[in-house]
Amino acid sequence: MARTRYASDPGLIARMGATMFLLGLVFVGFGAGLAFLILYYSHGKSGGNVSDSGLIIFAAIIGIGSALATYYWSDKIALNTARARVVSPNDSPEAARLHAIVDRLCAMANMPKPRVAIAPTQMPNAFATGRSSKVAVVCATEGLLAKLEDNNELEGVLAHEMSHVAHKDVAVMTVASLLGVIAALMVRFAFYSELFGGRGRNNNSQAALLIIPIMVLSVVVYAISFLLIRMLSRYRELSADRSGALLTGQPSALASALVKVTGDMGRIPTRDLRAAEPLNAFFFAPAIARRGQQSMSTLFSTHPSLERRLAELQKVAKQLNRQ
Amino acid sequence: MGLLDTLLGRTKPVPPNLDQLFALPGALLTLEAATDFRPTGTGSVCFRAAEGRAFADIEKDVTDLLNMGKDAAPVQVVTDSYQFTWVVVRHSADDPEGLVTDLHAVNSSLESAGFGPQLLCTIVACKDTGGRSLGLVYLYKRGTFYPFAPLSGERRDNALELQMRSTLADDLKVESDLGRWMPIWGAPGM
Repeated sequence: MARTRYASDPGLIARMGATMFLLGLVFVGFGAGLAFLILYYSHGKSGGNVSDSGLIIFAAIIGIGSALATYYWSDKIALNTARARVVSPNDSPEAARLHAIVDRLCAMANMPKPRVAIAPTQMPNAFATGRSSKVAVVCATEGLLAKLEDNNELEGVLAHEMSHVAHKDVAVMTVASLLGVIAALMVRFAFYSELFGGRGRNNNSQAALLIIPIMVLSVVVYAISFLLIRMLSRYRELSADRSGALLTGQPSALASALVKVTGDMGRIPTRDLRAAEPLNAFFFAPAIARRGQQSMSTLFSTHPSLERRLAELQKVAKQLNRQ
Repeated sequence: MGLLDTLLGRTKPVPPNLDQLFALPGALLTLEAATDFRPTGTGSVCFRAAEGRAFADIEKDVTDLLNMGKDAAPVQVVTDSYQFTWVVVRHSADDPEGLVTDLHAVNSSLESAGFGPQLLCTIVACKDTGGRSLGLVYLYKRGTFYPFAPLSGERRDNALELQMRSTLADDLKVESDLGRWMPIWGAPGM
């Protein structure tokens, strides 16, 4: 009985698992495709293969190297990008408030306490990053602290961010993006190698042709992995929403914070419906979206739509409320 | 949380460890023998109220249960500035067993209703002849205790706390990670 209130969402888990599986499949397919192409084109030829496999290895090394570097220093990189500074509880009333909320969240989640930072931006936002609990940091912008005066709402947002750390999202997204990074690098190298090395290959026209299928394969892989990675990112966000809401037991507070932060209030149109109606035909996504219609922008977005997030939080509230 | 759970984003909320609470009466005796600190008879359970009707009903049931058959002070329910709820139980100062039993009743009611993960901590208040306060805080998620000695103006008497740590080490499972000794300013009864 005790488990049912905090049960995970099997649908979300299944979709996320399927996305990660597909990404892995694409990765394997890419490797197999490359191996096939190299073997096919280098059959009996010489000279060309060395530079082509060199190209692949080079791209792989750079790709993996940069991924490892961003993973290892994710906390430093994020803090520097946001120009955030780590604060202690005595620095200011805002810092004290932030520390107190993080303290309680860590006690509830039995997590070691991360470093707390404040970024000077006025845009309301928060993030948490770090490859392990020892270097983890949670950061809120000054805009967020000002906008969310209610401690409940701020706590919901911080719980969401800390769930990202608990789920090792930095590692997961780095590994997932790795494929896209390598494919993108390969396209670039293949293109330049074709551009500059084409003259020297007059004798080895067969080997030169290898570059083209590699480029095509890389572009296709890049496109597919891009969409899959975005989809995975959206599922991770929903997962963090859910964990954060369950941790605090206050899904409505997080929902309210989301509405405030995404500035949805500003998007409610002031233009009269009757005036907007004739223009609907020209909108890429209609001004009054039909129910259940997925707009194109959602496919490319790293975060799920506000409506989706609110609907999922509503489900959590229902689950907690079950008698 | 296992690796698979982490990768799939399936957070398992941490269940509370309720049993260590019964080590308190023994520890309070040790305190009496070794120091000037005596229990005030006040103890409170701190939890994060979940939203919704289900939780509100449980909260009401718990307070009714505790108030039943009580001729002394009724149970108080207080909400602090961080929206954590405190159920404050008052017994006579020489009845630590009764106090611990009541505190345990609150915990098990919440747990059997499925809200175990909402529990945060329990604090039992003590005072010495010089007027200094000492709270014995129990962290449900860790199953460990730590002493909390607040001074006026949101400062802590760290020296006293560390001293108490060694005094109580034999009776209670004291939290070894000092980073988890969270301050609880304005805790009821302190």
